[in-house]
Amino acid sequence: MGYLDGFKVTLKQMFEEPVTNKYPDEKRPKPERFHGRHVLNRYEDGMEKCIGCELCAGVCPARCIYVRGADNPPEAPVSPGERYGFVYEINYLRCIHCDLCVEACPTEAITESKLFEYSFTDRQDAIYTKAELVVDDKGHPRHLPWEDWRPGDEQHTSAWVRATAPNGSAAYEGRVGWSAELGFGVRPPEKGQTVAAESGQQTAEEHAAVPEKENKKR
Amino acid sequence: MGDPLYAEGIDLTVFLIVAGKTLVVFAFLLVSVLFMVWFERKVISDMQTRIGPDRAGPWGILQTLADGIKLFFKEDLLPERADRRVFRLAPYLSIVPAFLAFAIVPFGGTISIAGRETHLQLADPPVGVLFLLAVSSIAVYGIMLAGWSSGSKYPLLGSVRASAQMVSYEAAMSLAIASVVLAAGSLSTREIVIAQEGWRWNLWVLGVVPFVIFMIAATAETNRPPFDLVEAEQELVGGFHTEYSSITFALFFLAEFMNVVTMSAIAVTLFLGGPNGPEIGFLPDLWPVVWFLGKLLIFLFVYVWFRATLPRFRYDQLMDLGWKRLIPLALYWLLLIAALRIGRDRGWEWYYVLGVGAAAGVLAWGALNAALRQAATVEAAA
Repeated sequence: MGYLDGFKVTLKQMFEEPVTNKYPDEKRPKPERFHGRHVLNRYEDGMEKCIGCELCAGVCPARCIYVRGADNPPEAPVSPGERYGFVYEINYLRCIHCDLCVEACPTEAITESKLFEYSFTDRQDAIYTKAELVVDDKGHPRHLPWEDWRPGDEQHTSAWVRATAPNGSAAYEGRVGWSAELGFGVRPPEKGQTVAAESGQQTAEEHAAVPEKENKKR
Repeated sequence: MGDPLYAEGIDLTVFLIVAGKTLVVFAFLLVSVLFMVWFERKVISDMQTRIGPDRAGPWGILQTLADGIKLFFKEDLLPERADRRVFRLAPYLSIVPAFLAFAIVPFGGTISIAGRETHLQLADPPVGVLFLLAVSSIAVYGIMLAGWSSGSKYPLLGSVRASAQMVSYEAAMSLAIASVVLAAGSLSTREIVIAQEGWRWNLWVLGVVPFVIFMIAATAETNRPPFDLVEAEQELVGGFHTEYSSITFALFFLAEFMNVVTMSAIAVTLFLGGPNGPEIGFLPDLWPVVWFLGKLLIFLFVYVWFRATLPRFRYDQLMDLGWKRLIPLALYWLLLIAALRIGRDRGWEWYYVLGVGAAAGVLAWGALNAALRQAATVEAAA
């Protein structure tokens, strides 16, 4: 019945649940370390984390970041250190979301949210200024008219920083090595890194086992 | 026998009844195309674990209407090198036969309107089946002329393929239909339906073979997958209707899906007893129509199922299947059925007839294969 087996397959598929996601109505959860639109974070007392060091601008391969640092005014300091970023612009027509700026930042001032649905219609809108990038007084990213934020999205603004150990070493499991954020306090690390590492090893073993079996068959 | 409507001559009432029936059939075909396009997209989505159209109207049922309206507002282009008049004529040559073929399909029993008895069937000519074959052949002209008059090479190739395919499978289809005619003893579609009353459906009365041949040939005739290489996008862009846009394209599209509905209706008539079915006490006029539509729906589903399951044939495979397999098989089966009927009339024992028939079949099969192998070696040597 080889010719007719295909008909059985297609008929069976009819009773399976469709895999389609009704995209604009409902969204698929984004990956844990998704690279989206940036935010500039603040400390819990409202001070900005950015110190205007321009390391992000230096490391940026797309040259989309423009930073100017300035001395903090003594009577009303913007950041805890000597200097602060008084101009901070990211051109999203150039940004490739590589996250190197986040890795370069010494104070975890710049991190990425998971927002990628921002369709501006003006070149000026493409250049995000500091006023648009800095989080608001609750520590949530600012919502611009052309951005599609959904409830709960503002929670995901610093996923990369909250990796327990970039090399996956279990020794650093659960150790917090980052500063507190306005509105969120000290965020917990990503969960289950040890488990993930172990299961990864298991799959590696399984991988190794498969060719052996095949060899035996031969 | 004919329609009792015309028995007492033709007056205004008769004329109005016929006009009304024409209108109903016309509207039914248009609505059925709307439904068929939606139904096909929905079922094939289910088979591919997708959702399919769900934006226009409940369950996306108005999607076809929206697409149609969009097509009407598009610019109607005329290619520079096209043959103007033929280019304009071709879509109508394609769509009119699609409408005409449905005229002979009986879709219900006999009802009485305004004191007149009439069949639920637009026309019941004594040569019904021949009319069907003639009209479905005219549709080839629409496609052939559309491709030729476009003044462009892909449409031409597509239309050459289409006409070769339709002419080839017409032969197998006619032989399959001939066995139905042989069983019913009439060319009139209503009498073919009457001959199948009491569950004596041609589907099993004739053995399943003519039905299978008819289904394959009908799929090829309507240029449906897996025989849709007329419109093989990878090879021919859009096939014969590449150069058509706007409403003229809509007409081809309409004709294509209408042919599917019509062919299904013909299959129901010829093999599944048309509107025959169990009789139910209340509303006796309604049930035959319901049975007819139900059977029609099964066929429409099967067409979509074919499309979801089978990959497209290669051109030489298509021709091989048609000429070297289907036509000999259909011819053999027709002769077998004829032999059985003659045997019944002359009082021969049926198992002798079957035995001789089977022996002749094996012999013919061997001879055919030997001839094909011979031809293949000659071709390889050349």
